[in-house]
Parts: sequence; C-alpha cells; structure tokens
Amino acid sequence: MSQDLSQAFDTIWADLAGGASMVGLAIVGVGLIVWDIFNSNDTRIPWVAAFALLGTAVLEMFRLNEADTTAFFELIRVGGVASFINVIILGSSLVSVVLSVPYLRQIRHAYGEVYALVLFATAGMLMLGTANNMVTVFVGLETMSIALYILTGLVRHDEGAVESALKYFLLGAFSTGFFLFGIALIYGSTGTMYFTDMAAGYAVGDFKALFWAGVGLFLVGFLFKVSAVPFHMWTPDVYQGAPTTLVGYMSTASKAAAFAALVLVLFHGIGLVTPEAGGGNLQLVLALSALVTVVLGNLMALAQKNVKRMLAYSSIAHAGYVLIGLAAGTSSAYAGALYYLLIYAIMNLGAFGVMALLEWDGREGRLQTLDSLSGLAHRHPLLGVLMGVFMFSLTGFPPFGGFFGKIAVFAPAVEAGLTWLAIVGVLASVLSAGYYLRVVYVFWMRPESEGDPAVRDTTFAVSRVSAGVLTVCAVLLLVIGFMPFVRNLTQSFFNSGVLVLLL
Amino acid sequence: MFAETLFLGASLIAIVASVGMLVSRSPVRSALWLILTLIVIAGLYLTLQADFIAVIQVLVYAGAIMVLFLFVIMLLNLGEMPDLERVDFKKGVGFVLGVAVLTLLTYIGTTAALDFPASSSDPATTGTATAIAKSLFTQYALPFEMIGILLLLATIGAVMLAKRTFE
Amino acid sequence: MMEIPLSWYLSLSGVLFSIGVMGVLFRSNLIVILMSVELMLNAVNLTLVAFSQYLGDVSGQILVIFVMSVAAAEAAIGLALVIAIFRNKLTVDINNINLFKH
Repeated sequence: MSQDLSQAFDTIWADLAGGASMVGLAIVGVGLIVWDIFNSNDTRIPWVAAFALLGTAVLEMFRLNEADTTAFFELIRVGGVASFINVIILGSSLVSVVLSVPYLRQIRHAYGEVYALVLFATAGMLMLGTANNMVTVFVGLETMSIALYILTGLVRHDEGAVESALKYFLLGAFSTGFFLFGIALIYGSTGTMYFTDMAAGYAVGDFKALFWAGVGLFLVGFLFKVSAVPFHMWTPDVYQGAPTTLVGYMSTASKAAAFAALVLVLFHGIGLVTPEAGGGNLQLVLALSALVTVVLGNLMALAQKNVKRMLAYSSIAHAGYVLIGLAAGTSSAYAGALYYLLIYAIMNLGAFGVMALLEWDGREGRLQTLDSLSGLAHRHPLLGVLMGVFMFSLTGFPPFGGFFGKIAVFAPAVEAGLTWLAIVGVLASVLSAGYYLRVVYVFWMRPESEGDPAVRDTTFAVSRVSAGVLTVCAVLLLVIGFMPFVRNLTQSFFNSGVLVLLL
Repeated sequence: MFAETLFLGASLIAIVASVGMLVSRSPVRSALWLILTLIVIAGLYLTLQADFIAVIQVLVYAGAIMVLFLFVIMLLNLGEMPDLERVDFKKGVGFVLGVAVLTLLTYIGTTAALDFPASSSDPATTGTATAIAKSLFTQYALPFEMIGILLLLATIGAVMLAKRTFE
Repeated sequence: MMEIPLSWYLSLSGVLFSIGVMGVLFRSNLIVILMSVELMLNAVNLTLVAFSQYLGDVSGQILVIFVMSVAAAEAAIGLALVIAIFRNKLTVDINNINLFKH
C-alpha cells in the first residue's frame, strides 16, 4: 500500500486526535526522563505522571459513546470499545502510580525513572489493547513487557527481585519467539496483518493447516502474557519478588491489555474464520485452557501461606474466568469478558494496594505470611474493612462487583452450550472462598498476640492518599453492580460491531 | 539449478553453525558460531531478493547485537571460568530425532499446499529500501514511533539494572 | 523469478527455530540461552521475509525490522540482568539460581 507522502502525513496528522492518549503519555514520559536528568528524583514527577494518566482517562471516558472506528491506517481502534479498554488500562495505571508514591518511598526506591517507565508501559498497553493489526500487537506487547521486566527487577540489591526479573524475562522472551512464529504463519496463510481481513484471506488461500498451526502458536504467546495454565510458572515468583504496587499494576493493566487484544483478534479476525473443521477446536482449546487455569489456580492458591503468592495464584484463577467468556465466543461473552476485566482491575488493585500499605518493614513483602497479619484490623479498622470488601468481591459474593462480573462471563457460557465449564467456574469460586475468607478471618478474628512478635511491636503509618484511593476502589465495587449502564455499554460495543464486520 | 544448490549449501552451513552454537562449551565459541549463522541467513535474504533486510541483518545482528554479547562475555571473563558447563549429549540425540521428524512434517505439510502461486508483483520491488521506507513512514508510522520509545526505555532500563549504584 | 520453493525456506526456518528452542531448554549458561532466543527470532524473520516476498506484500518485512529492534532491546535488558545476577552470585549458570531449581 504505497501512498502519496503528503497525503499520508495529512492522514496521520488528522488521526493524532484519535490516538491522543497513547501519543500524549509517550511524550509526557520522555518529558519526565528529561526532567529527572536535571532534577533527580523530584517529588513532583509522580504527580505529573498521575495527572497525565488522569487527563487521558477522562478524555477516553468522553469518547465512550463515540462510534468504534480505526485510525492510523487502520492500525488501531479508537472510540467505543477501544475507549472502554483504554479507560480500564489508564485507570489501573493511575491507581498504581498514586499507590506507588508512598510505597516506593518506603522501600527507598522512589526513582523518577520508574514513573516514566510506567507511562511508557501504559502507552504500549494502549497500543496492544486497541490493536487492529499484528504489527501493532507485537510492538505494543513488547513495549509493555520490556518495561515490566525492568520494573520487576527494580529492587536490585535484593537477590529475589533480580532473579524473578530474570525468570520473567527469559520465559517472556522464549514465549515471544512462539508468538512471533504464530504471527508469521498467520500472515503467510492469510496474506494480511490486519485482523479484519483475516477471515477473507483464509477463505481465499489454501493453507488451512498452516493457519491453525499459527493460531496455536499465537495463543501460546498470549496465554503466557495473561498467565494462564500451563504457561503460568513465572507468575508466583514474579509477583512475590516485584514491588507490591507494581505487581498490582502488572496483574491488572497488562492483563487487561492482553485480554482486550485477544478479544479483538477473536471477534474481528480468527473467530470469524468458519472452516470445515477447526473452528470447534479453537473453542475446545480455549475451554480446556480455561478449565485447567480455573481449577489449578484455585487449588494452588488454597495451599499458599504467603498472601502475595496467594494473590498471584488468585490472579491466575481470574484469568481462567475471563477465558471462560472467551471460550464461549458469542458477542455477549466478549462483552462480559471486558466487563469482568474492569471489575477485576478494581478489586485486584485494591487487594495489592492494601498489602502494599502493610509492608511497613520495607522488606519487599517477604514477610507477608498470614500469621504476621493476625488481628491487624483491630489496629487499623479501615484497612480491615477495605481488605474485607476486596476479598468478598474476589470471591464473588452478591452485593459486590465480583459477583456481577462472574455472572457476565458465566451466563453467556451457558448460553453457548458450555454449561459444564460454567459449573466448574462456579464450583471453583466456592472453593476460592476458602482462601479469600481466611485472609478476612486472620485480619479480624485472630488475636494480635498470635502474630509474629517482631511485627506486632512495630507501629506504622498509613498514607492518607493511598487509603483514600483504596476507599474509592471499594466504594466503586459496592455500587458498580447497581449501575446497569456499564454492562449495557460493553454489550453495545459488540452489537454495533456488526457494522465493522461488513467493512 | 544454481539457485537450489546455493540454497542447500547455505542452509547446510546455517544448520551446522547453529548446532555448533548449541554444543560449544565456551560462550565465546557459541557467539562466533551464531554470528556465522546470522551472516548465512543474510545471504538467504539475498536469494529472496530482500536486499534491504539482508544489509540490516548484517549491520544490526551480526554487527551490533552480537558485539554486545561478546562484550558482556569478555566483561564477565566467562571464558576463563573453571567450571564450563557440561553439555548433555544423550538428551541432544533424542531432540535431534524430534527435530528431524518436525522438519519432515513441516515439509510434507507445506509442499502439498504451498507452492504459492507466484505473486503478481516482482519480488525485487518489494525488497528494496524504497518500498520498505515508504510503508514504514506512512502506514506503519505509529508503531515505528513506539519502537523509538521502546529503545529509549530499554536503554534506561539497562542502566538501572546494571549500574552498580543507581540514584 | 523465485526459483526456490517457499517450503524450503519454511523447513529451514523450522529447523533453526527448533535448534533455538533446544538451546533454551538444554543449556544452562544464561548468555547461551539468550543467544538461542536470538536464533529463534532469526528463524521467524526468515519465515516472514520468505512469506513477504512470495506474497509481494511489504508488511512482513516491516515486522522484521520491528523484530530486529525488539531483539536489540531484549539483548540489552537480558545482558543487564545477567550482569546484575553475576554481581550478586558470581555465576551465569542457571542451575545455581534459586528460582530455576525445581
């Protein structure tokens, strides 16, 4: 597609408004790097980053009702569903940045560069989450991943942090190889990099086996990024070794971006391919992956004594719930998956946020055993209540958001004939009550005297800003289920999506 | 006929060199074998008439990335470490068989379906710097800018991770 | 113009990719593992260029350029991590690193 240059630049210029949040964040990130050179570790840097994230999030909220279109030569989507995905990513990044300010100061790693890296990673996520082309998927995914490898190894003097960064990096680079091979085979067999042209390219070409081999390899790369079983081995170690607030960031924003890209590629591309044989296989593969992810994630979480590790396995289990929606593959299931991602982001950020506040000893969470948390709620009732809300919501108890999220993914699965999978999901949620409620029990019911004496005698201050942000998250979880327009909004993206198919 | 012979010779060298990388006990030798593989792959790009990519392959991979590897090996002085790792050849034999089967499968699976109808456009026109630049700076301008961000963040990250004391 | 069948290129890149995978799985020297990842990416690049030239579509080669940039970035980060590990543990052998013992 060679074009007249000046005409092409006009198009790019006109599309800049559509990609404003991605471009803006990248520019602010570069600005922060330069600022940090002249005024090292300025305390205002994180607030500039937070302000940029807030501004772009508000901008994207105004675009929620716009029509879903593409920009930059159809490389990315803007408006509508893309804005919804962007709001999830930008919102989680904003909460993570605000929570990181007191936390990183506490562990004495409050570098200005960290916030620039977060902005770059977020820009990569926006590109990944709204992609309409394999090239943008790849570039966005790698920008996000490389920034996350660095953030994982932030606490360099600590052996565990560097080792977990190395583990993340090696497995990530290895999975990138498979992912790329998948892209290459899909490209070769359909002759296009665009999601929306794939189904047509598949029908024209004569390379069916090659295409499905490519889809398989492509899924390996994605399942690794969302830490689905059997590609989850890195998750517990990385989540335990990385700084807690940044774990909250990578478990919500990066997962939302990767899942959103998967939803878009399934909805616009691979999912539309209706072959003589093979389409059913894709559903079966996703369903089986969802099954083992849900079961194994929950079982392993039950066995954990360290709360951060437990939350890592719980995030694996939640990836499984989203996969249930993707396996169902109907438009309401995709809508449900996006809705679930929003709610999951709020509650998981909250859970990691509370854990970050409890790391008063500055030891990067290696002491976060259940025992050390005994009776904490009596000293800090607010933290106890917040943790209770997040844990009940993660379990899926009715008044909280988690319950509505689970309905949104399980109901379409039943409609699509995957009743067995939905039943497994419900049973697994019941099982998950075992470990989530144990945290609430330890917080409230166990006397403080049972805790670790070294921990018991230290006093620690709770940052007001962090507590405020966490309270907002908790309130959102309480009310989001009673705001049906959010659910309807996600549904409308995929109903009007029919228009996109005709293009 | 000449092209086929050239291809077979080049791929033989590429496979031998990459196996050499796999089994060398010294990291320096592994790196040198890999450089040979990369240069041969650049030659294969030439047989595909992808001239620009071939040049970039030599400049970026063989020239820059591998020099970085060699530099780090020298920096850490790995060649002189007393305990060079032992490579387990028994496992290797099993895997070579696996690779052979895999290759056979790929070949059978692809030859049947895949002798692509030669495309209408002349391959020499899509492999030139002009064609690539035109597409890269118009259609793919956005990911191109993002790659710039990626390289910047990798630079910062490498400094943060490897510097002795970071402020 | 193209005298060599496409399947030959695909087979060669399959073999090189497998050798790269073997390198990651079998070798315990971190630097050699990184080099094996580079070999995997090169095998993918070969596939992409071959497809791109046979399809007469330039976007495959565009992706190759991006893959090369990412490979450079990954090499930089990977080697920085290796240096950080080496400073702590004086080894680049993966068997001496706790998280990889199973």
